Parts: sequence; structure tokens; C-alpha cells
Amino acid sequence: MAHQSDLIADDILGYLKSQEEKSLLRFITCGSVDDGKSTLIGRLLWDSKLIFEDQLAALESDSRKVGTQGGEIDFALLLDGLQAEREQGITIDVAYRFFSTDKRKFIVADTPGHEQYTRNMATGASTADVAVILIDARKGILTQTRRHSFITSLLGIKHVVLAVNKMDLIDYDQSKFDQIVAEYNAFAKQLKYSSITAIPLSALRGDNMIAPSANTPWYSGPTLLSHLEDVQVEQDAIEKPFRLPVQWVNRPNLDFRGFSGTISSGRVKPGDEIVVTASGQTSKVKDIVTFDGNLDVAIAGQAITLTLEDEIDISRGDVLAASDAKPDFADQFEARIIWMHEDHLLPGRPYLIKMGAQVANAQISDLKYKVNVNTLEHEPGKTLELNEVGIANISADKALAFDPYDENRHSGRFIIIDRYTNATVGAGMVNHSLRRATNIKWQEMDINKGARAYQKGQKSVILWFTGLSGAGKSTVANLVEKKLHALGKHTYTLDGDNVRHGLNKDLGFTDADRVENIRRVGETAKLFVDAGVITLVSFISPFKSERQLARSLVEDGEFIEVFIDTPLEVCEQRDVKGLYKKARAGEIANFTGIDSPYERPENAEITVNTSDQTAEEAAEAIVSKLEEFGVLGAWFPEI
Amino acid sequence: MQPNLTHLRQLEAESIHIIREVAASFERPVMLYSIGKDSSVLLHLARKAFYPAPPPFPLMHVDTTWKFREMIEFRDRIAAEYGFDLIVHINQDGVKQGIGPFTHGSSLHTDVMKTESLKQALNKYKFDAAFGGARRDEEKARAKERVFSFRTETHRWDPKNQRPELWDIYNARINKGESIRAFPISNWTELDIWQYIYLEQIPIVPLYYSAKRPVVERDGMLIMVDDDRMPLNPGETPEMKSVRFRTLGCYPLTGAVESEAATLPEIIQEMLLTRSSERQGRMIDHDQAGSMEKKKQEGYF
Repeated sequence: MAHQSDLIADDILGYLKSQEEKSLLRFITCGSVDDGKSTLIGRLLWDSKLIFEDQLAALESDSRKVGTQGGEIDFALLLDGLQAEREQGITIDVAYRFFSTDKRKFIVADTPGHEQYTRNMATGASTADVAVILIDARKGILTQTRRHSFITSLLGIKHVVLAVNKMDLIDYDQSKFDQIVAEYNAFAKQLKYSSITAIPLSALRGDNMIAPSANTPWYSGPTLLSHLEDVQVEQDAIEKPFRLPVQWVNRPNLDFRGFSGTISSGRVKPGDEIVVTASGQTSKVKDIVTFDGNLDVAIAGQAITLTLEDEIDISRGDVLAASDAKPDFADQFEARIIWMHEDHLLPGRPYLIKMGAQVANAQISDLKYKVNVNTLEHEPGKTLELNEVGIANISADKALAFDPYDENRHSGRFIIIDRYTNATVGAGMVNHSLRRATNIKWQEMDINKGARAYQKGQKSVILWFTGLSGAGKSTVANLVEKKLHALGKHTYTLDGDNVRHGLNKDLGFTDADRVENIRRVGETAKLFVDAGVITLVSFISPFKSERQLARSLVEDGEFIEVFIDTPLEVCEQRDVKGLYKKARAGEIANFTGIDSPYERPENAEITVNTSDQTAEEAAEAIVSKLEEFGVLGAWFPEI
Repeated sequence: MQPNLTHLRQLEAESIHIIREVAASFERPVMLYSIGKDSSVLLHLARKAFYPAPPPFPLMHVDTTWKFREMIEFRDRIAAEYGFDLIVHINQDGVKQGIGPFTHGSSLHTDVMKTESLKQALNKYKFDAAFGGARRDEEKARAKERVFSFRTETHRWDPKNQRPELWDIYNARINKGESIRAFPISNWTELDIWQYIYLEQIPIVPLYYSAKRPVVERDGMLIMVDDDRMPLNPGETPEMKSVRFRTLGCYPLTGAVESEAATLPEIIQEMLLTRSSERQGRMIDHDQAGSMEKKKQEGYF
């Protein structure tokens, strides 16, 4: 059992020596409160002596106060961490627990089983090598059992323990146990597990937890603890090709230039030839530097610093790889995505993705289908909501180095970050790169944007007019275009309302459609810029993220945000189209400024106010700004 | 089968990864140094992470002015020996008001001299990331803590609004004024810490080892009379007892345990054979149910 008390008492040095070879296993427990999951973990902690007397005293007093075991010790209370949750009697987030035996240290990710918390289970499963899936023997395989299994397999867990709990409540009936196991095995065929171990348990009574139970003479398999101590998890990361994502460039002085990171797969030794994935430059490993001296060899999982024979350009985000087995390097790939935020995933919206130390702007270019986590069926969908899973194509603004996640669990995985709220909104695992990434090239023309604009004596830009309805965007844009035309400039105006009559007439006003609307207008404006034209866009565009999306499509300096900063009261008083009146009367929903927010630009290149200025004065001010920005002068193209 | 990397080497690598990630992602990181054993391990890991360079951030100690004298001596010696840039911050407002644990109670003292003081220091130096040596096994409220723990502009921790954390990929994006508390040894247990200190021969404050020290018993705790600021109640006389500390903080708030363990193996032995958790010696946990959680929300580590 747990710790060898005799050895500790008699020969502590011998004991410490024996502890130096201990391994580490991370596992996740999946199940709902009712399955007895907290009781199961509580008992593992208790039996491995990880509950101390003072905690026990607190546990006894808590058990009397809020326990569910009629005054007996309620092991579940050991686990519920946050006070509010404790009172509600549920755990609502991932909690990590620790215990150890003489063979292994264990890190348990304890996650709730309710449907709305798929996010938490995915988080807990991401670092686990084994999943313990709890089943209430009285109820058998439930929808949640299938969901837990799917999510753990989605995250690449290969080993499952089917913990058939509460056997005491079905009189340790072997036939019922066998029936549950058979049903589970049939279902799990479609998941990519390498082992499934079913154990009949009673966490509450202790049957087959630590010691074999006399109540299940028909069961000859391992107890839960002995299985967890012995289960062999894939060590094959070491047999895969060498990868070192560079986290940090270590330059204490001019003579030392080291590349620090944690080896994600394979092994490395001095003299090995490596390649920098992005640049294709190669060199040989000079030394493997650590605080404890240089190493002869380093393996997956070690945090090291490499020095190289040659001075080549390497920075954070680069991946060093075995030169004869390079990873994929692509800006487009297919991935499975788990959405983790209340704001839906919107295809076309720019997000940040962080893959190891690599960060890129990216968008979901195509959501192929959603997977129902309960039935595993494919369903069509335009967005992903919180806790939904989908398969999508992703398009990044630069190529990233990765191996498919199923080939290497330490690669091809990323988080999705909202660029405005900085929230982690999703997580993804790469299925494969899309060949398109390398095959479709931007067609370079001999006559380029600079040449076209030069011919017109201007710099081509987008003038993006944003502001409330009735602020005077179209009026001012119209005047600006007239003035530019008079100056001999080549212009075009894309009006928000006008494009909805043609190009965007298939789009409605849902969040997803609005993003697509902006994307198309932005892409169209970008082509006009490429044609050398000064392009005026008049669009309410109330959300910062939408304007940022348009801005991100063109080069720095080509997007000029013109904020028509007219106060709401003034706009509403004008009410040119009678829309404010309707909105106030509740006849129009989601009207900007009334019941839908307008996010004011913080760093607009130009701001004008049509309540203090006439439209004419505003247009004048904008044109003189354009003069200042060099838009109207001769524009010298890069040859 | 021999594990490829033992559990301590895996924990070590994970911590180094986190420390490097913070250094690479933030403009002004700082390592909070509490002088305790967990801090000693953290410091050791930071030295490993950037070797042969020194860690690219300063150490900061938030001094309540009530720390054990031996802790302060140890702090100054270690900083000098390793060539660390050490910042010591004391809440001077609290000093002016004469705030102390004997006169104002543990709760107010901790609040003013520790929590408020830490916020003061973070604001003063505009640190955008602060390393702490907290572990998830210390207390129930900490079991759910992230490795990168997001704090608002006012340093508050919102348990309902933490970012999901998958694999070893940490979201380091913050707006101006916001910050991250980073916990590189989240997944270590008390036993791991001791085994690692033993394996790596990391220096720790001598108070962890048993010695004859003057103590008085109060509210069931053995309090060491570390200086003459400690008022003795009628009938109280300090007794010399063989005691040691399992956790270090402000001396009036930290209980000693009677022990003969004077070496690392003996400490580990004692720890494994007794069943009493290390935070028991800290008064702040006993104030009220869920008290650690409340303190965390307010910005305490």
C-alpha cells in the first residue's frame, strides 16, 4: 500500500533513495457528483495518507454540518474547493489533486460531469495520460458516459479505466457488471483507445479500491490503485523525431548564444544535425547546456538549452527539428476545435492562436461540421457555441510548424485567444495541414499596387468612415470624394447599404452574417487599394473587432479610420431615416446606440464632429489630414 | 520499467518551462520571494531556467517587519551570494500607523502589511507578472488555481472568470494595468519540495531545523519569542524547547512544532510519520471558513 511506513521509520536514507526513481502519472476522473467521483478521489487521498489530522478534524466537522453520509465521514467534502460550490454541493471547475505511493506520484484532474462543463473536462484531459470514467452500476452507460469518453479520446487519451462504482448497491452482481462492460466496449470501438480496463468498485465501502474485495470473488483483475500504479502509458514521444520549440534565446554575453525550450519529442545529442523549420537553415548541435553540467543526450520532456556550431538566426517561436524529419510547416490546416466561451466562434473573425511558443493571427475559414458530444453524430453549423466541438479549416497569417496531434500529443495543439478581451475562447488540435497552403500562391503581377497608385499621383488607402446612424458618414464621405475628385484623384465609395443590395444580399443581421458582411466589404476594399484607388467605405461598424478585421486585411498605413463623432442626442434629433423613432418604440431590435452598443474608436487616425462643424468643414479637415498623411502627394513605389 | 524521467525531474522541467514562458511573455516580471522553503525551490529553478545567464528579473520581498530575524539574515545572504537584484518593500503607511499582529490582530495585520503592501509594490514598480511559490496541494481554494492566474487592474482574483488552461500553453495576454500571478510549482506537494531540497541540496532558513528556542504556548500554538516586541501575558514565561517550523511567516502568527528533526532526512521522516498539514501552523486559515479564498480574491497570494 501507500508509503512503506516501516522503511520510513527504520531507514529514512534508504527510503529517500528508493523514492528517487518514482514515476509520475497524470489522470483525469470523469463522472458526475452522483457517481461518487469525489468519494473515490477522497478515498485514494485518504488511503495514501495524504489527509492530515487537522484536515481530518475539519472534514469531520464539515461532514456533520453539510455532509451527505448521515454524519459519517463524507470524503467528497475533501475536494470541493470554493466556498460557494461547497454549499451548492457541486464542483464547477477543474481541481488538481495529488497523492503518491511508493511507485508513483499521481496528479488527478478532477472535473465535473455536467454537460455545460465540457470545457473543464477538455482542460483536465489535456494533460492526462489516463481517464478514469465513473459509472453508477445501477444506471449503466449513460449519455454522459459517452460524452466523457468522446472528449477524453478527442484530447488524445489512450488509456481508460471504466470504474463501475456502487457495486454494493447491486449486490456485487457479476452479470450486470459484464453487461455494462460489453456495452461499453461495443461503443468504444469507434474511439481510438489502446486499452480499456473495467473494475467493479465501491468507493464508499472500499471494494477493489486498494485491496481486492471479498465481495467480488468473480473478479480477478487489478484493484484501482494497483492498476494506476502499473499502467504503462505511451513513452513513444522519445522515439519520435526530435523537436525543440524555442521559448527563449539565452544571451548572457557575446560569446554565448543558447536556445532554451522543452524537448517536445525525440532525443538530441551533440553533433546531431538540426534544421530551423521556418528558415530551413541547418546547423549541428554543439552542446546541451544545463545548470547541472552539459549533457551527452537529452530526451523528450527535458527543459534544456542548446548551443549550435553555426551562427544562424533563431528566435522565440522557431522550432528546431531533426534535419531528416521535418515537421509540417503550413498556414492552413484542418483542426478539431472545442469552443470554451459564451461568445460564439465566428468564422472569418480574426483570432490569435498560440501553438507552443508560436503566435499567429488566424481565422476559421470554414467550419466543416459540428460533432454532437453526446451522440458523436456530425451536424451542420455556422458557429460553435460554448462547449461545442467542431471540425474546421484554419487559415493563419503565417506558416506554423507542427506535427498532427494524433501523431504527437506534444505538438499540433493550440489555444484560441480573443484579440479584444484576451480571453481564451477555444482550443484546437491539428488533424493535418491543407495542401492548399503551399499550392495556392498569390499571383504576383508585374504592375503592382505601388505602380498603379503612382500613375494616379496618389497613395491608395481605405478611408473607413464609422459612426452612429445619422452621424453624417455618407454625407461627409460624399463631400470628401467630391473634393478628391476635383483634385484629380481616383476614388471609389463602398456604401454599407448599397453593398447589401448586391454583393451581400444573401446576408442577414446575425453575428456570423455581420462578420461575413464586413469581411467581404474589407476584401473588396482591399482589391480597390490594390488597384491604386482611394477607397471610401461608409459603414456604421459599431464593434472594434469588426473594424480591426478590416484593418488587418491591408498593410500598415493603408487603413485610415475616420470617426464621425457626433453625439447620440444629435443623431437622434436629426433622425434622417426615422429609424431612432422606430427603435425607441421597440419596432427595430439591436439598433446601434439604443439597445446595441457602439464601441468608440480609441485610436482613429481622423476624428471629426458634425455637431460642432458643418459637413463641409469636416470634409475639409479630412482632406487636409490626407494631405498630411501623404495620400495626395506623388507616391513613390518600391521598385 | 525505469521511468525516463523521474517524477521530480518532470516537475522540475515543467516549472522551468513556466518560468521561461513568463520571462519571454511579459515586460516587467518579478519573483516574489518569501524566504520560505518553497521560495528557495523557486529561486533554484529560476537559476536553472536561465543558466548560464542570471534570471532576467528581480526578486522582491514584501517585508511585514515581523518576520523572524533569521529569515532576514538568510534573505540578504542568499541575494548577495547569487548576485540577485533584491527589492525589499515595506508598507510605510502601516508602519506609521503602528500596525502589528499583537496590537491589531492577525487579520488586519496581514491585510495591511502583506496584501496591501504587495499591491503597493506591484503598482510602484509596474510589474506585469509576479511569480509566487504557491502550491495547489496547500489548501482547497488553491487546488483550482491556474498556473497563470489573471488579476484585474485592482489585483483582484475572480474565481469565476479564470482562463481555461490546456496543455502547457499559457495565455499571457493582458491589458495595461492588468497582471498575471504565475505559479511555477503549482503541481508540487510538500513532500516533493522536501525531496527536491534534499536531492539538490538547496539551502533553507535554519528555522526549519529543530533547535532549542524560546517559546510560549498560546491558543494551542507554540509561538517563538523572536524579539522584545512580543508582550507576555501574565503568567507566561518563555520556555526553551526543541522546536522547528514547518512553514515560515510573521513570527507572532507562525506556530512551531516540537521536534527533534535536525537534518533534512529527519524532517522528511517526521513529515511522513505525522499526520498534520503544514498550513495548520498558520493563523490566517483559521479565522473563518473559506478564509483563504476570500484573501485570494482580495489579492493575497
